[in-house]
Amino acid sequence: MNKKRKELIVSAISNGTVIDHIPAENVFQVFKMLDLDKTSHQVYFGTNLESKKYGRKGIIKISDTYYKDEVINKIALVAPTATLIEIRDYEVFSKVSVSIPQTIEGIAKCFNPNCVTNKEDVKTKFEVLTDENGQLKLACHYCEKTTTRKNMVFF
Amino acid sequence: MKNRSLVSINDYSKDEIIRILDLAEEFEKQPRQNLLDGRVIASLFFEPSTRTRLSFETAIQQLGGNVIGFASAASTSVSKGESLKDTILMVANYSDLIVMRHPVEGSARYASEVSRVPIINAGDGANQHPTQCLLDLYSIRKTQGTLDNLDVTFVGDLKYGRTVHSNVIALSKFNTRFHLVSPDELKLPSAVKRHIKEAKLNYEQYTDFMEVIPKSDIIYMTRIQRERFPDPLEYEKVKNAYILENAMLENSKPNVRILHPLPRVNEISTDVDANPKAYYFQQALNGVFVRQALIATIMGVK
Repeated sequence: MNKKRKELIVSAISNGTVIDHIPAENVFQVFKMLDLDKTSHQVYFGTNLESKKYGRKGIIKISDTYYKDEVINKIALVAPTATLIEIRDYEVFSKVSVSIPQTIEGIAKCFNPNCVTNKEDVKTKFEVLTDENGQLKLACHYCEKTTTRKNMVFF
Repeated sequence: MKNRSLVSINDYSKDEIIRILDLAEEFEKQPRQNLLDGRVIASLFFEPSTRTRLSFETAIQQLGGNVIGFASAASTSVSKGESLKDTILMVANYSDLIVMRHPVEGSARYASEVSRVPIINAGDGANQHPTQCLLDLYSIRKTQGTLDNLDVTFVGDLKYGRTVHSNVIALSKFNTRFHLVSPDELKLPSAVKRHIKEAKLNYEQYTDFMEVIPKSDIIYMTRIQRERFPDPLEYEKVKNAYILENAMLENSKPNVRILHPLPRVNEISTDVDANPKAYYFQQALNGVFVRQALIATIMGVK
């Protein structure tokens, strides 16, 4: 019952993608990573919504757009708890949790200014690590330096 | 190991490290062997490093190989704006192996991915310098008779010293007890400590040098650089706290040896040089044998 009411806070879409359970503070980061400021499709979003599981959550609904795995990997870094729902003709077509990839390529910048990826035309590549506090860190395949959550910049 | 690049000490397993050290012992007994006849090895020093370059080039020439390359990037097409990739592709056409030193971190890994011949990293910025690490391990094993179960003390700049990082990572494979002596500002980074923890080994951190000297089998000294301190006063406070003087070795173990990657400035007092426990000059000589072992292995001639 309660769940149904919450869904209605943000309008339903007929076709497209719903990204649910985004940590509230990262909704705009997800916006940026998916280039939603440049899309010509209808986009609805809500943030600081109540969530039984996570306290506060965000949700984004994008009409007539579906995403490839590599794009979803991007989201996993800032919204590891997110659920991805494909909507076709108002029905849930598929529903998956995003998973944190073991390695990522070409998504984030290495924060080391003297890394070869910041000096030459080289695509970035990282191993994704989790520290003692459960925070994600990126270990650069090239310079071997670690980029922490607060230093992460995405392309 | 044949035809495989060596970019980071992490690229080699414990057994592979031991294989190189065993072979280096053979070369120490007989450094002049005509194993590389007709081979061309490129020595690309995009950043000058006289000691490392001469050590590599000596190793190659004693094995009968030919060296091409440059000692600094200034007189090459790099100064015209050529990309690293283009330089490497071009040189890989002429040579059987590339030894490179470059000021940019990760450059050697990238070169190993674009080159059709193997790369030996002779230092990439503040990142890795695996042949220095191998020669340090060789020196430790030679002076202690083993690499296992030693008390190894690292002193000075543990934060930025890449040789310290590589050595800690490599020694984590050998059940080492680590003693880490540094000012608070220059402690070993957590990314390096991770390797000690993953190997379930112990480490202790100290700000006082004296108490750890009697426990040590190896004392590895490093230089504390002025430019690491934003406040010059802070540098003045710590710079004399980590100077090793001969008198301080009075209660040290008979088997202890003092290592230093060189160049030294004032962190080892010259009165230590005559002490048989000083090993830093022999340590530098060992570099030639270790590099011969490495090159012979990668070229598949040993």
